[in-house]
Amino acid sequence: MKRWISLLLAVCMLFTLVACGPKDDKQDQPDDSNNDQQQSESAGTYKFGGIGPLTGEAAIYGNAVKNGATIAVEEINALGGVQINLDFEDDVADGETSVNAYNTLVDWGMQCLVGTVTTGACIAVSAETYKDRVFTLTPSASSVDVIDGKDNMFQVCFTDPNQGTGSATYMAANMPEAKIAVIYRNDDAYSQGIRDTFVAKAAEEELNIVYEGTFTADTATDFSVQLNAAQAAEADLIFLPIYYQPASVILKQANDMGYKPTFFGVDGMDGILGMTGFDTTLAEGVMLLTPFSADAEDDLTKSFVEKYQAAYGEVPNQFAADAYDAVYILYNALEKAGCNPDMSAEEICEKLIEVMPTLTYTGLTGTDMTWASTGEVSKMPTAVVIKDGVYVTA
Amino acid sequence: MNKLNNMKKSTKVDFATYLGVIIAFIVITVLMNNGTLGRKQVGLLVPACCYVVMAVSLNLTVGILGELSLGHAGFMSVGAFSGVIAAMSLAEAIPFEPLRLAIAMVAGAVCAGIAGVIVGVPVLRLRGDYLAIVTLAFGEIIKDLINCLIVGHDSEGLHIIFNFKGLKTVDDLGLLPGGNVIIKGAQGATGTDTIASFTAGVVLILITLFVVLNLIHSRTGRAVMAIRDNRIAAESVGINITKYKLIAFVTSATLAGAAGALYGLNYSSLQATKFNFNTSILVLVFVVLGGLGNIWGSIVAAIVLYVLPEALRSVADLRMLVYAIVLILVMLATNSPKMKAVLSRVIPRKKGDEVNE
Amino acid sequence: MEFLSYLISGISLGSVYAIIALGYTMVYGIAKMLNFAHGDVIMIGGYISFCAMSYLNFPGWLALILAMVVCTALGVVIEGLAYRPLREATSLAVLITAIGVSYFLQNSALLIWGATPKVFSPIVEGTQNIGGLSVSNISLLTMAACIVIMVVLTLFTSKTKMGKAMRACSEDKGAAQLMGINVNRTISTTFAIGSALAAVAGVLMCSAYPTLMPTTGSMPGIKAFTAAVFGGIGSIPGAFLGGILLGIIEALAKAYLSTQLSNSIVFAVLIIVLLVRPAGLLGKYVPEKV
Repeated sequence: MKRWISLLLAVCMLFTLVACGPKDDKQDQPDDSNNDQQQSESAGTYKFGGIGPLTGEAAIYGNAVKNGATIAVEEINALGGVQINLDFEDDVADGETSVNAYNTLVDWGMQCLVGTVTTGACIAVSAETYKDRVFTLTPSASSVDVIDGKDNMFQVCFTDPNQGTGSATYMAANMPEAKIAVIYRNDDAYSQGIRDTFVAKAAEEELNIVYEGTFTADTATDFSVQLNAAQAAEADLIFLPIYYQPASVILKQANDMGYKPTFFGVDGMDGILGMTGFDTTLAEGVMLLTPFSADAEDDLTKSFVEKYQAAYGEVPNQFAADAYDAVYILYNALEKAGCNPDMSAEEICEKLIEVMPTLTYTGLTGTDMTWASTGEVSKMPTAVVIKDGVYVTA
Repeated sequence: MNKLNNMKKSTKVDFATYLGVIIAFIVITVLMNNGTLGRKQVGLLVPACCYVVMAVSLNLTVGILGELSLGHAGFMSVGAFSGVIAAMSLAEAIPFEPLRLAIAMVAGAVCAGIAGVIVGVPVLRLRGDYLAIVTLAFGEIIKDLINCLIVGHDSEGLHIIFNFKGLKTVDDLGLLPGGNVIIKGAQGATGTDTIASFTAGVVLILITLFVVLNLIHSRTGRAVMAIRDNRIAAESVGINITKYKLIAFVTSATLAGAAGALYGLNYSSLQATKFNFNTSILVLVFVVLGGLGNIWGSIVAAIVLYVLPEALRSVADLRMLVYAIVLILVMLATNSPKMKAVLSRVIPRKKGDEVNE
Repeated sequence: MEFLSYLISGISLGSVYAIIALGYTMVYGIAKMLNFAHGDVIMIGGYISFCAMSYLNFPGWLALILAMVVCTALGVVIEGLAYRPLREATSLAVLITAIGVSYFLQNSALLIWGATPKVFSPIVEGTQNIGGLSVSNISLLTMAACIVIMVVLTLFTSKTKMGKAMRACSEDKGAAQLMGINVNRTISTTFAIGSALAAVAGVLMCSAYPTLMPTTGSMPGIKAFTAAVFGGIGSIPGAFLGGILLGIIEALAKAYLSTQLSNSIVFAVLIIVLLVRPAGLLGKYVPEKV
């Protein structure tokens, strides 16, 4: 009978584990705004959820979003009016874990979701938020599938087609004779998505693509073969619809080979100058389409970068800026819709869906941003070129 | 009670395992209906069922057959994507969801079984760590191949492109208007109807238990275990090594495929990279921790270890670190001779206490 | 000409795999365990030398030595705490513990150094022009280091007393103990050597492919494991050959077949080789005795 007993014990343990899950107090997120919260209890507190990869390979993006959003929340709480309580959960950039994180947040009483950060996970979560009627604003999940057919989903970042066609149009207008090579990551929804729309638009514009090379997460250490092949195909412009970490390796390796084409990136390239130890001369002449530049001279960007550096010791990238804007967009939209913190997630969701298409917002990542009712943002990507280690408008 | 006592010990354990699963199902269903369980717990149910099936099926390969497989997630992947294709392309023909789910799971199982044969025939000739590395290799190859797959469905049927050079896109499918894209290469399957249910998960667990336990106690199972314990002796008494190894391996792959289909239909977005080496390792951890060849151990270990990282959300940043430490400590506690000696001294005393009460 | 430049990329990549595989095969050969945490020790080595160079302004060679010292200590501690108590347990139990250690190291690195990738400044800069082909100095250094390490390890295991003790432990732990060999100390030494090699591999790898993240070590670790099996696990020249061949196959597959499936092609070649030679290229095939 020993086995019976142990089986029974195991089942009991399981239940306690499962049952104890949600009861851990999630309220213990005081930030450093406890005082303000007490002063303005009458205005109430919104519960914002956030989901993104805080551990694992994509941890840079999740942490940037978390930090950016936290700064915005602290600023808003310091104003004294309505308060925001942000709970940011880890999803390791995985759809399954992301849905688990989302369910945890629903149990906590989340009213709006800022997330999720990565595209694949966001699609999985957006199906749930759509069913549950939770208003969701993703700072950085850029695929069309994220918003497709879901009226409660809005994006702060550009959609992939927007970036792909934007890049192709820019090239057609400014360097129509270029021989283009594309190097992208083909096991990544973001990279593949931009590449697909770029190639389609490039064909339309009659651009000359001489080489396409791919890599995967497993082969992201060495790019010398792709670069050699691009050089052999006499490419003088390399389009890199990838994130900045592999891009920095590509720049280094091309430089070592003595191969000096023009590199053209997208918003994922932003952040390359802020990498600890990166030799910025390597990025000299790199062009990219980006909505955010940490070197911009306006007061908003300056104050954000300053606060971010003081709090986290690094230069914020585009993800952090998108998240900062996302929190403010939600804050403004909630105000405009006349919501209050006592309303349920469903009520807030319906009101915000009505308000979003009428909202105009100017923030770190764009001036006069507006939204279509599909959830897509309309803002202008600016083409910048890196000169002497800083962005200069091209 | 008399009847119970007359049963063979192994039969009793099996009986308890079935009973445990059914009781757990009833209890959870009751709790779910009266609202005791939060969203979080309910959300964990279906994936937990999938991992239980994965663990039990891998135990067949690792525990019963005695061959280390590091590519079990590959079969789950095959099952998941073929299940999604089946479910999505039959969406109009069969609107009744449970039936569609069942068909998808069968389709997933069959495809994974075929993959199991393709992988098993060469792999099972090898032994030990060489076999392990080849299963790992197959797992990675499956992942890469699925990454190149573009599949769509319209009124003319399925359209499949294999994107070998990485130059094709969804537009090359040439879908008729009204058709929908099911798998978009690296972007995976998106917009899948989430038709998986906890009931289906429990039914799958029961089927898996039925298949695996019956296999173990059958003539085939005894042959498989004989091969594990002494290959040469088994061969010398006339057991067909390749055949029995293949039976165990393919059964394991088939069940993993069914679990994959259930998993795939639980999320509206699924990428092939999900089923990488780490997922295979995760399932292997369940099996080793539950005890090699111990079926109910696999079930319990899978559930506890799957729930653990979720239960640890309250420690935020330290979550995965704590998980790692727990993993190491549990392995040390259960496998080190010193700790075993300590435990065996503690446990009889506890029993004595119970008697005193 | 193009072919040659692809070949050189392949050899450079291969020598990085080879240097990791040497550490892997050393530990496997003696302790008979798959040390999945090896890749993460490489990552720790990379971070240590990164910190030494960018915060303490150490020169490259000193940073390398510091990384070797720290990793050696780390390797011995891990062995003593996590693997030694399991000496009598099944190899699978040790494997799972190694995976636990791997998670532990990755997540500790994430907490200590954060998720943002660091850019490693190479310990050697510049390129050489050999017959019209440019080869970076770091690749040349890696290849040289690889050959030196292979030769030294081969001599060490065949000529020195400790090396012979290691081979004895590898053949039969019980018999070795009866002959008066301290098995625990021998295995600790093996881990120390393996971890020091991991530190060297970490610094050279990060110099060649200069980014550093908490997950940097895991994929090269798996590749190096593949390389070690390819060459015949436990065999020192085998690990070298396996690593170089793996790099070349990967580079040529990327260049001529498909960048998309280069990893799969590497694994497919591995499967074919193992089917023909079940113990790897240079592995010893031990027939079972009845």
